[in-house]
Amino acid sequence: MVAVRPRRLLWRLEEVVEVVPETPRTKSLVLDVLGWEGHKAGQHVDVWLTAPDGYQAQRSYSIGSAPEDGRLMVTVDRLEEGEVSPYLTDVLEVGDRLELRGPIGGYFTWEEGDGGPLLLVGGGSGVVPLMAMIRHRAAVGSGVPARLLYSSRSYEEIIYRKELENLAARGGSLEVIDTLTRSKPEGWSGYHTRIDAQMLKEVAWPPNESPLDFVCGPTPLVEAVGTALVDLGHDPARVKTERFGATGG
Amino acid sequence: MDELRLDGNAAAGTLGEVFSFEVTTAEYACGGCGRTGRLGGAMVYEVRELGVVVRCPSCDNALIRVAHNRGRYLVDLRGTRYLTTG
Repeated sequence: MVAVRPRRLLWRLEEVVEVVPETPRTKSLVLDVLGWEGHKAGQHVDVWLTAPDGYQAQRSYSIGSAPEDGRLMVTVDRLEEGEVSPYLTDVLEVGDRLELRGPIGGYFTWEEGDGGPLLLVGGGSGVVPLMAMIRHRAAVGSGVPARLLYSSRSYEEIIYRKELENLAARGGSLEVIDTLTRSKPEGWSGYHTRIDAQMLKEVAWPPNESPLDFVCGPTPLVEAVGTALVDLGHDPARVKTERFGATGG
Repeated sequence: MDELRLDGNAAAGTLGEVFSFEVTTAEYACGGCGRTGRLGGAMVYEVRELGVVVRCPSCDNALIRVAHNRGRYLVDLRGTRYLTTG
């Protein structure tokens, strides 16, 4: 018998090759990861920071790039009270190095072969791993129908807005449904409340189509949406969730 | 130090330091209430760099505790009836 032992994840120091402002609060960091063995859409990396005074902190950030993109991109939401995210969004520059390990996680992942139809529900930066799935789906020319229900505080805070609009306009069976919870631009005709059971009833695929659901965002959103989907008759084994901490960042 | 209430996905890196299998897809049976589920969907109370506590989402029983300090690990599994790799 041959024992299959996965390689132990090692910390690696990688160079930031591009910083992309996404919204007033979020930036994407593109890393040059030579020898990256590839990832699945939905996985994350752990980032390890050591301050000049020796203080150390570790955080997890979802990968936003598709496995096919050939580069590693994480999108970081700046949390005001955070210990790590303000450094990543305000201080880190192209040419700096970041200590990270990954890819990590096998539960909250989607590959084309997993099928669908896909319902992706995201709140704020919870859209990041869902974006990796959407980019993967587009990169492989997948015909799996997909809907993204995405809750943002305001129009300006919709991460990846232009790219999502472009992908949805391609007519490749991706639908993007936004809801804005705090402020909306004049003439906004879309949803403007938090995601609730009624909204999910309108947007989600009917249970008899055996949808595959991925829900990611702050813990209260994830728990409310997960419960509502199961109440609507979705198979709990096909409702996958990932919670972001409400504090810490 | 505040505790972050997350889920098993967030602890995958730390748990991967002590388990050689993919932890998020592994199935647990809770020693408290008998619930079974994937570790990725269990709750995690992460006390930052000191360690991780994975709890049952039904009864809050501690399924797995991992503490690490100076390169040494303490793994407490008494709240788990069994783990099945995914």
